[in-house]
Amino acid sequence: MAYLANWPPALKVINLGSEVFARSMRQQGATVYQVRWEPPARGKVELIKILDRLIGREDIEEANRQALERYHAAQPVLIGIGWAREVIPGLKEHMLLHAGPPITWDRMSGPLRGAIIGAILFEGWAKTPQEAERLASREIEYSPCHEHASVGPMAGVVSPSMPVFIVENKTHGNRAYCPLNEGLGKVLRYGAYSPEVLERLKWMGDVLAPVLGKAIELAGGVDLKSLIAQALYMGDEVHNRNKAATSLFIRAIAPYILETGYPLSDLRRVLEFMNGNDHFFLNLSMPAAKAMLEAAHGIPKSTIVTVMSRNGTEFGIKVSGLGDRWFTGPAQRVKGLYFPGFTEEEANPDIGDSAITETAGLGGFAMAAAIPIVQFVGGTPEDALEFSRRMYSITAGENRFFTLPVLGFRGTATGIDIRKVVETGILPQINTGIAHKEPGIGQVGAGLVNPPWECFEKALLAFAEQYT
Amino acid sequence: MFKRITVRYNSYYDSVTLMSLTQEIQKLPGIREALVGMATDLNKESLKGMGFYTPEVEKAAATDLLIALGAESEEALYEAEELIEEKLSPRVRSRAAGQAEIYNSLEEAVLEGAGIAAISVPGVYAAREARKALEHGLHVFLFSDNVSLEEEVMVKKLAQEKGLLVMGPDCGTAVIGGLGLGFANKVRAGHIGIVAAAGTGLQQVLTVIDRLGEGVTHAIGTGGRDLRQEVGGITTSLALEMLEQDENTKVKVVISKPPAPEVREKVVRALEEGTKPAVVCFMGEMGGEDRGKVKFAGSLEEAAVLACSIVSGKEGSLYYQEKDIEELARELTGGRPVRGYLRGLYCGGTLCDETLTFLAHKGIPVYSNVAWEPELLLKSPEESRAHSCLDLGDDYFTRGRPHPMLEPGLRVPRYLKEAQDEEVAILLFDVVLGFGCHPDPAGVTAEAVREAARIARQAGRQLIQIAVLVGTEGDPQGLREQEKVLREAGATVLYSNYAAAQLVARLIQGSLSG
Repeated sequence: MAYLANWPPALKVINLGSEVFARSMRQQGATVYQVRWEPPARGKVELIKILDRLIGREDIEEANRQALERYHAAQPVLIGIGWAREVIPGLKEHMLLHAGPPITWDRMSGPLRGAIIGAILFEGWAKTPQEAERLASREIEYSPCHEHASVGPMAGVVSPSMPVFIVENKTHGNRAYCPLNEGLGKVLRYGAYSPEVLERLKWMGDVLAPVLGKAIELAGGVDLKSLIAQALYMGDEVHNRNKAATSLFIRAIAPYILETGYPLSDLRRVLEFMNGNDHFFLNLSMPAAKAMLEAAHGIPKSTIVTVMSRNGTEFGIKVSGLGDRWFTGPAQRVKGLYFPGFTEEEANPDIGDSAITETAGLGGFAMAAAIPIVQFVGGTPEDALEFSRRMYSITAGENRFFTLPVLGFRGTATGIDIRKVVETGILPQINTGIAHKEPGIGQVGAGLVNPPWECFEKALLAFAEQYT
Repeated sequence: MFKRITVRYNSYYDSVTLMSLTQEIQKLPGIREALVGMATDLNKESLKGMGFYTPEVEKAAATDLLIALGAESEEALYEAEELIEEKLSPRVRSRAAGQAEIYNSLEEAVLEGAGIAAISVPGVYAAREARKALEHGLHVFLFSDNVSLEEEVMVKKLAQEKGLLVMGPDCGTAVIGGLGLGFANKVRAGHIGIVAAAGTGLQQVLTVIDRLGEGVTHAIGTGGRDLRQEVGGITTSLALEMLEQDENTKVKVVISKPPAPEVREKVVRALEEGTKPAVVCFMGEMGGEDRGKVKFAGSLEEAAVLACSIVSGKEGSLYYQEKDIEELARELTGGRPVRGYLRGLYCGGTLCDETLTFLAHKGIPVYSNVAWEPELLLKSPEESRAHSCLDLGDDYFTRGRPHPMLEPGLRVPRYLKEAQDEEVAILLFDVVLGFGCHPDPAGVTAEAVREAARIARQAGRQLIQIAVLVGTEGDPQGLREQEKVLREAGATVLYSNYAAAQLVARLIQGSLSG
């Protein structure tokens, strides 16, 4: 005989749809959980059908568990500094790495072009910007950082003579590379290439890199994972706010800097340089995130995103179970706060590999740890919590190491699942800097941005095709 | 004219919110035309008609918001946009005011230990959400309409497997353990358990039960197609079984349109084989002989009366006796015969059905947009003819507009149009109260009643206006206040639709004989 389970039901109601009914049920004293609802997959019936086939499939769930397990098991440690040409796999002479998915010179945005010109001048391949530009359009080979186990903030240009951090994942042995942070203002990563920019780069190679490299060696490496976890408790989300992490890093490395044996004036400048740059640690949180995510890449049938990145023209993602393919869409406008004298019209679309932090459950996914950042978009502290909270709807899991005290020490949302992004229409929340669209000007603000929906849609279609 | 079309990408609002907002914007001074809606095919089509079609509109998806405005001045445009901006950011405000939190997904909300999912999302997506809710062990109240029959069968079979109830689709009303879902009246707890197809029929029964001093255990909606052959009464059977086992339920009531014969037999047999007395009201059948424990009511009012008398053990009688109706008819006509037609404008579909059935039974042919007899189907729902009764909640009228239960004021223009028709002598309408309904349905209609009376007076015509007031003392709108407003405007107010139908018949046939 038929019977009803859970009857009579608890008078707690989940309301999907009109809030009129939620109000009237509350009026009657019921507990109502209003769900923010919108048509799944942006209302596209074909995609919904695919989702229905792919959601709840045990083999996919298992693959995602595996990918997340590998991510969690990874232990990124800063082990040293090396020359890009010597350590970055596949980096050839006359090749420049850049942020984001592959792109050709003719489609590059202003800041990326500027950084390319700067890198050519820095390498001494050309004497003048004009000459560099000619070279850039013909003789330079371009390749995404991400295809060389590397990441670079903003333009993300890496040239063979640049020093790079080497981060090793001690668990799985893979390494990730990232150039050293140049500071704020006119810097190469924002497309500036004036003499002061090139001089600073030279000093970084001549002094900063040897001193810091030696110190790291003396320290026996720096455990970045626990450093990031601590920084989250001190107000950073290690993408747009790196104050605490930079301080922690200096605290960890300073004693060894003193032991390097370089002249005191150099040591002083090195410490001042790091201390004067709140974002110094960004170039460490990024390769740390990259090293962890690389370990989670390449698990067949996994729908987890392992790369999110932008080149200023396009936004691209990679998915663990979909190999080397990029799935791209147009880079979006950043909504944010502009430095005095700049406006939204002057902003370049979203650019940089730094969204690797969000991919790893940091950045916007940990905004609840760095509430002041919400001021970039004129929001309230509640908004900051909500930004991070929303991300749980699109991830496969919660972080075991990076936790958010204000959310009851809940782990940050981690492991973006393309199925969930397409289904819910909720896009990953990215905190980022804003570059001027013209080369050579630099940073003009900071704010919030989302990936374009298309890249997740394309990835899902490709996944459905590969794994039916 | 100043025109502007804005596409706001990826910002979804539910249609009730947007349609009400559009109404509000259209009323602003200086605004000639307005559409605030999601970029559905339907809305895109409307924009084409309004001359607002752009490549951006073409590209927009169902989760993109379209704001199209035509105004007499740039300022009017700006003011409308300001208002839209303000109205569409209540979430931020409600959060600031420390109100209830909004969940990002069903999955997230499930963790809170809910028992029921109430779903009122657009029909094409509703079955999918219902399925997810069932998979999480939730009973489902499915308010959404436009769910396909195949999908209904699919979710109901899944529910059956899991021992869960799917109330709906297109279920307007339910009362579960005292909690009203959808459009529901405040009724006291008691011993009557109800299983009903849709909305206003159930509301009518609930309100009469409440007036008679009795109460309900559960009132379970099933959706209008549950007793179709394809669905086979899955929800009805489960609900009846539950009422059978429910200790507090002493009598079972079933209300529905006439079901498929086999399913009808199955339902009646289940009631016969149960241990409790039962009352059945199949709309359109006008009652019938008792079968064992099962009594057949000829109207919604009678179903309520029979159920109450079973519980109380006292002989019940209809709320309005025949002599009451006769007296009322005399009062209204002052002895003069009524010469002219009836025009009924209903928000509640089942109430409209009941009136059509009763008048047909009395030999009075009534045209309608929902007539069962093809020859009585109105060619255009926009044009009444002879005696006509309209279900304004029918798809034709609700496409791109809110349901009249939410916005009863939408029928005012039509009401006045009917009042201007010289051949019309009787106007009939329902005013439905309860949680989820419009906060002041009498108020938004009373002005039209007054205006109609003025029109008739000026033309020296007789015009009788009858309001069916469906509500209880406990309803948030205030039953007495609503009645007062209607009476003061000049309407005759009845609490039973069946009584109203009887009165109409008496008035019309009185005129025929006189």
